[in-house]
Amino acid sequence: MIIKILGSGCKKCRALEANTRAALQDRATDAQIEKVTDIVDISRYGVMSTPGLVIDDKVVSSGRVLSVPEIGALLDAR
Amino acid sequence: MGDVFVWLNDQLLRMQWLSDLVTVLVQRGFGLDPASQIGASVHFFIYDVIKIFILLSVLIFTISYAQSYFPPERTRRILGQRQGFGANVIAALLGTITPFCSCSSIPLFIGFTSAGLPLAVTFSFLISSPLVDLASVILLASIFNWSVALAYVAIGLVLAVLGGTLIGFLKLDNQVEAFVYQSPVGDHDNDGEISRRERLGFALDQVFEIIHRVWIYVLIGVGIGAAIHNWIPETFISALLGQDKWWSVFVATVAGVPMYADIFGTLPIAEALVQKGVGLGTALTFMMAVTALSLPSIIMLKRVVKWPLLAVFIAIVTVGIILIGFVFNATDHLFV
Repeated sequence: MIIKILGSGCKKCRALEANTRAALQDRATDAQIEKVTDIVDISRYGVMSTPGLVIDDKVVSSGRVLSVPEIGALLDAR
Repeated sequence: MGDVFVWLNDQLLRMQWLSDLVTVLVQRGFGLDPASQIGASVHFFIYDVIKIFILLSVLIFTISYAQSYFPPERTRRILGQRQGFGANVIAALLGTITPFCSCSSIPLFIGFTSAGLPLAVTFSFLISSPLVDLASVILLASIFNWSVALAYVAIGLVLAVLGGTLIGFLKLDNQVEAFVYQSPVGDHDNDGEISRRERLGFALDQVFEIIHRVWIYVLIGVGIGAAIHNWIPETFISALLGQDKWWSVFVATVAGVPMYADIFGTLPIAEALVQKGVGLGTALTFMMAVTALSLPSIIMLKRVVKWPLLAVFIAIVTVGIILIGFVFNATDHLFV
């Protein structure tokens, strides 16, 4: 599984990344986290407000910092 | 009733109490004469910095709260339901309550265009969004007065509506980079339906984030303002930018366009210029030139549109703000 955090380095993007890592820790998945920081690359995902979360090239959230349980639910749904 | 309004305006918006307080501080604390050159500069700097930061925090909080009802996805849906001239007007209006920063204009441009919004509407939004926002309007009212503030909004909106309409008229849709049209249309939002707690949290976050981003521009702007206010000879400023000089508006535009700064940083410069006898139009042109166009934002836009469209956009905005400068300079006596 490839997880991408979309955001140009703002505080919220780091918070989302931290929550994502925490959610992954509770699960035994071999997910890989990548950061997409270029604003044009971010826009290519159709995301208009950061931070965005992409799981396996599918945008699952944009514009807010998801909580650890919320990310967990998205991971489990995969 | 009128007196109450004047008092509220003076104390809350212009913060006369703060000015008086800083005068005491400069006099007693630093032992400087507030009327002297150094004393007046110190007063201008401290008073303006504190005033701008207080107003900014309150305003960003309030506006972000309102903004939380209009995430970009919802704005896009609202705009998609309208057609023609009306859509341009709504786009220009929505631009006033959406992002404070030209850095968010690229995702919005791609998001709007890929969803099939006409260029005319998107550009009305893009012109209005950095140029006119409610925070700068209140600050203008605080630094100048309400008629200047309202005239600035009205003219900014007219520029956005006409500029967008003109771009639509020129049929430049093929001048957008192809990948923009191929970008997926995301709809991961909740139509602005979030709890009040989340709205308050969002508004508070915005205050910290925006202050963090703009504080340096505010300090530099106020510093330059203080220098203009007391150190740069009036003869020099009036020779370059004086009311009677026809080229003043052009000088303001040429100086302002490549510059990147926040509107909150340019306001104190405009304030000092006007106090030095520079025409209101010239000062407003400078402010608009700095905020509406800048090298970084042009370089950014170049990645999503081709040169002809970019050139048209720059030309329309530049000509627009020059015209605004001339109109304001000619009607100066109505406002100050």
